[in-house]
Amino acid sequence: MRKDVLIAGFGGQGVLLAGNLLSYAALDEGKNVSYFPAYGVEKRGGSATCTVVIADGAVGSPVVGQPSVLVVLNQASLERFGARVRPGGVLIANSSLVDVSSLGRTDIEIVSVPMNEIATELGDPRMVNMVALGAYAALTDAVQVTSLAAALSQALPERNHRFIPANVKAIETGAEAARAKKEA
Amino acid sequence: MGAVEAGCRYYFGYPITPQSDIPEYLSRELPGLNGEFIQAESEIGAINMLLGASATGARAMTSSSSPGISLKQEGISYMAGAELPGVIINISRSGPGLGGIDASQSDYFQCVKGGGHGGYHIPVLAPNSVQEMYDLTMHAFDLADLYRTPVMLLGDSVIGQMKEALVPNPRPVRELPAKGWEVRGKSGAEQRVVKSLFLGDGELEAHNWHLHAKYQVMKEKECISEEYETADARLIVAGFGSVSRIAHTAVTMARAEGMKVGLFRPVTLFPFPEKALAQAAGRAGKVLVVELNTGQMVEDVRLSVGAAAQVSFYGRPPGAGSLPSPEELLEVIRKNYEGTAR
Repeated sequence: MRKDVLIAGFGGQGVLLAGNLLSYAALDEGKNVSYFPAYGVEKRGGSATCTVVIADGAVGSPVVGQPSVLVVLNQASLERFGARVRPGGVLIANSSLVDVSSLGRTDIEIVSVPMNEIATELGDPRMVNMVALGAYAALTDAVQVTSLAAALSQALPERNHRFIPANVKAIETGAEAARAKKEA
Repeated sequence: MGAVEAGCRYYFGYPITPQSDIPEYLSRELPGLNGEFIQAESEIGAINMLLGASATGARAMTSSSSPGISLKQEGISYMAGAELPGVIINISRSGPGLGGIDASQSDYFQCVKGGGHGGYHIPVLAPNSVQEMYDLTMHAFDLADLYRTPVMLLGDSVIGQMKEALVPNPRPVRELPAKGWEVRGKSGAEQRVVKSLFLGDGELEAHNWHLHAKYQVMKEKECISEEYETADARLIVAGFGSVSRIAHTAVTMARAEGMKVGLFRPVTLFPFPEKALAQAAGRAGKVLVVELNTGQMVEDVRLSVGAAAQVSFYGRPPGAGSLPSPEELLEVIRKNYEGTAR
């Protein structure tokens, strides 16, 4: 088993935290994991991406050219990486900010989830990354949703542990929304 | 973590991306271990603090990234000349000048061929995983003490920023000679001097022959390399550090397509694993060197294999998005594999 995902957005959307959390969750499930972030020098704005490879055996390249799953949180990331998704792969788009209609790909599965709306409804738009991760876990069998929730205490600094219940809720709601989209 | 396990208790550095995780960690850990963490006023200050700490016999280190390593070169040369151990971690970035923070291997020449003045060599280790960053850091401290030399670990933003599982192995026990040269202050015992200035007639030449002899022993005893699927390979892909991880996946993909391709990875860049590479290359007849630059290690590959194999090169200069993907390397492998069938 070797699964890879590219998560992309703009700085401040929590892309790197999402990749971190996913990595801890997969590690806790006993998998080999490689997390590789790439970001600009900006604190906010600019492009932020990370690649996570999860494998039973050797991880191999931490750099992935054609990801089997792409999670895009903003339009610029779709335009930059949309063409790279491996044929037969999955695109998970934050439809609050991303319009996939211009992508023109019929060889991949596209699942749109209004992540900003969901996060805002749950109380804080900053949880968009958690909604995205929940959707990712529900649509792939890379990690269990429960593993993501359990790994939050490792991925978050202690001062933010008070936000864990809200983040668990965001992960679960993202997962439910993605499942509903897939069945629809 | 590797440094702490190796007994290093003194760190001197100046922050620079993409290596600031190292001082961040040590600034937290060292004070509690009765050690000392000093954020120096500059990279030049830091390397000279390392020189001073090392002269007392303590295990100490510094870390930086390319432009900062350039600033440290004078100190590294002085340490090489005075035969002072110490570990220097270089999580390099792209240049020249201020450049960028993208992954790059454009400092191979600087690290492996000297960098500072005076024709010295220092061991250069090139990890390709988080686990190896840990293991090779411990190894670096042993090499430094064993050969009385600065040792460099060379990585880039892929190696320096990625997260992977780490098994904190205990430090392998290696027999090291008692130092006996470290300066102790006025103790009434025989005076000890640590220096790189040799004014006596013939003294400097003799010192340089001594250093040269040390480098020959390193070449004989300290080469490390790793091979993957090279036994029956008709094409050997050679790469170090981060790019070797990408090449590993590309080689696996090529094998799946039926191509007999292998990977040779130098772990020590100095001493360069000439003999092991020459053997693997001689069997295959063809070597493809891949680097995150426009051609540096390829020169050492050519010198190593001589006429035993044909050598070709693929590399791109650094810049955002210029990291080759496994698919890109697979395409290069396909082109180079053509005509190798016997």
